[in-house]
Amino acid sequence: MPQNATKAALRVRHLRKAYKDVVAVNDLDLEVRPGECFGLLGPNGAGKTTTIEICEGLTPADSGDVEVLGLHWATDAKALRQRLGIQLQETQLSDKLTVLETANLFRSFFHQGPDAMEVIGLVQLEEKAKSRVGNLSGGQKQRLALACALVGEPDFLFLDEPTTGLDPQARRQLWDLIEKFKLSGRTILLTTHYMDEAEHLCERVAIMDHGKTIALGTPRELIASVCAEHLVEFSAGTQAHPLDLTALSAIDGIRDVQRENGSVRMQVTELHRAVPALLAELGRQSVPLTELRTHSATLEDVFVTLTGRHLRDE
Amino acid sequence: MNNDNALFQLTLVRFREFMREPEAVFWVFGFPIILAAGLGIAFRNQPAQVLPVAAVTPHLSASLRAEKLLAVSELTTADAQRELRNGKVVLVAETGADGAVVYKYDDTNPEGRSARMLADRAVQRAAGRQDPVAATDTLMREPGSRYIDFLVPGLLGMNLMGSAVWGMAFGIVDARRKKLIKRLMATPMPREYYLLSFVLSRLVLLVVEVGAVLGFAVLVFGVPVHGSLFALGFYCVLASMSFCALGLLIASRVQTIEAASGITNAVMMPMWICSGVFFSASRFPAVVQPFIKALPLTAIIDALRSNMLQGATTAQLLPEMGVLSAWLAVCFFIALRLFRWR
Repeated sequence: MPQNATKAALRVRHLRKAYKDVVAVNDLDLEVRPGECFGLLGPNGAGKTTTIEICEGLTPADSGDVEVLGLHWATDAKALRQRLGIQLQETQLSDKLTVLETANLFRSFFHQGPDAMEVIGLVQLEEKAKSRVGNLSGGQKQRLALACALVGEPDFLFLDEPTTGLDPQARRQLWDLIEKFKLSGRTILLTTHYMDEAEHLCERVAIMDHGKTIALGTPRELIASVCAEHLVEFSAGTQAHPLDLTALSAIDGIRDVQRENGSVRMQVTELHRAVPALLAELGRQSVPLTELRTHSATLEDVFVTLTGRHLRDE
Repeated sequence: MNNDNALFQLTLVRFREFMREPEAVFWVFGFPIILAAGLGIAFRNQPAQVLPVAAVTPHLSASLRAEKLLAVSELTTADAQRELRNGKVVLVAETGADGAVVYKYDDTNPEGRSARMLADRAVQRAAGRQDPVAATDTLMREPGSRYIDFLVPGLLGMNLMGSAVWGMAFGIVDARRKKLIKRLMATPMPREYYLLSFVLSRLVLLVVEVGAVLGFAVLVFGVPVHGSLFALGFYCVLASMSFCALGLLIASRVQTIEAASGITNAVMMPMWICSGVFFSASRFPAVVQPFIKALPLTAIIDALRSNMLQGATTAQLLPEMGVLSAWLAVCFFIALRLFRWR
């Protein structure tokens, strides 16, 4: 196994955690490189939150080894806490405090870090600095939670489902903030069950299911490993004059041609060759085309291919 | 520089959260004062009551008017009967055969019986009776022996218990329910600061809240404080810490506000009843007295009453201090063992 030149920011070995009746994390290995944004992607109940909370030193593991920034929770907890920025999934900050008071409180726990007002500016809440937390919108609360994770100027940022429950605009805004933080070269571990979020933010992702990683790599690699890069869906032909699909399967670069409630779905590697070939074939059979759609394969497609289930099936 | 101190910030947060909860402020400051004012007015020393009576002849009414404690109206027999039935008068004096007097009244009504004695004395004296033994009255209306004097230490004790137990239990359980404790555990905040911030903010509020109730009682009702004020403050601090420990114990594992408020009420209710807030705890049977004496609320109320009303010194109150210290130590020890930091 080739050793990285730099030490891993997070190294997890044979991690195991069981609750009364379920095994939440089952012999999990993970490695997050310094400066990368690493995503744990998976459906609810896959063990993402348990994993991240063990890494954060909040939940004890049954067995296995966790090393964060070269330190261990058992021996270096105090030093580690000073260097981590943590955002939990369900925290409700006190409604009665203002944004600035909340940031000041969290700032007071850390030896070093920017001024509270500076962090508030970073998450674009300057105008709300004197507002009570109870009066903030969901997106603003989430940005304040991010600010509270950033006040200690952390080397490593843990984000547990940072955009769950937010509207699309608020999610975009939070993504921009996380990307800005990435530019400073610090490490991020985030969990999400939104595949677009992982694709957008993460250099590498681990797809988790039932407490194990079932795939690991860059989003592009994962997609390429399990399915062709693009999906084409179209409707053509009539009851009287149906389309003959056998000719399509024979075209180079087209595979897995399937009828799916009246339309046809197929995987293609190169759109610019497959689509003209498809149109030519329709012309040859003189079948009219009524609908044509293409999309790039996503991590969702990867998950479906690997497990036969969708990410957000509860 | 001070702004960066974690303990200072945490205590400030406790304080802000409290002051921004109008209901909490009312229950801690307003309620005891309103209660003291209401009860003080209801049980104030009234001038001796004048009893309304009726007489049916001018001669009888003249005799009765010599008695200052009777308000006499002269009515016809029929009118007098009706007023008696309606309760407008408590006694009717009529003439019987041979110059005798007939008193009509309800003997189950204490006012009726009093009126009977006063009326008869007035009638007999008017007819020339001389009392064989001379008697004079000395009236006792001293501050210190009134109900309000008994009540204020009770209210102070009740307030100390309520604000400390509720403040601790509610504050901690609410933070746990919101996963705020867990979030704070994820920062480098020292754990003991978190609990200490509750105690510190309580001690600051204590000065204001004891000051408000005591000040009101002393200024408005003239309730005495015969003992040392400094010692009184010390008892309040010790009691408040004991009740904080009790609140911490209640909050150590509970996950929901509902459960916390149920347990809190179950713990405080027996003390409200038994510990002598509104009436003396000595009214309970002798068998249960040792248990009542061992309750923290009994200890602080007894200490406050002895200090304020009898001027007792701390040396005389060592048993009460012992009870409070024991509660503080035991509750705090168990609470820390049980406490769930998430």
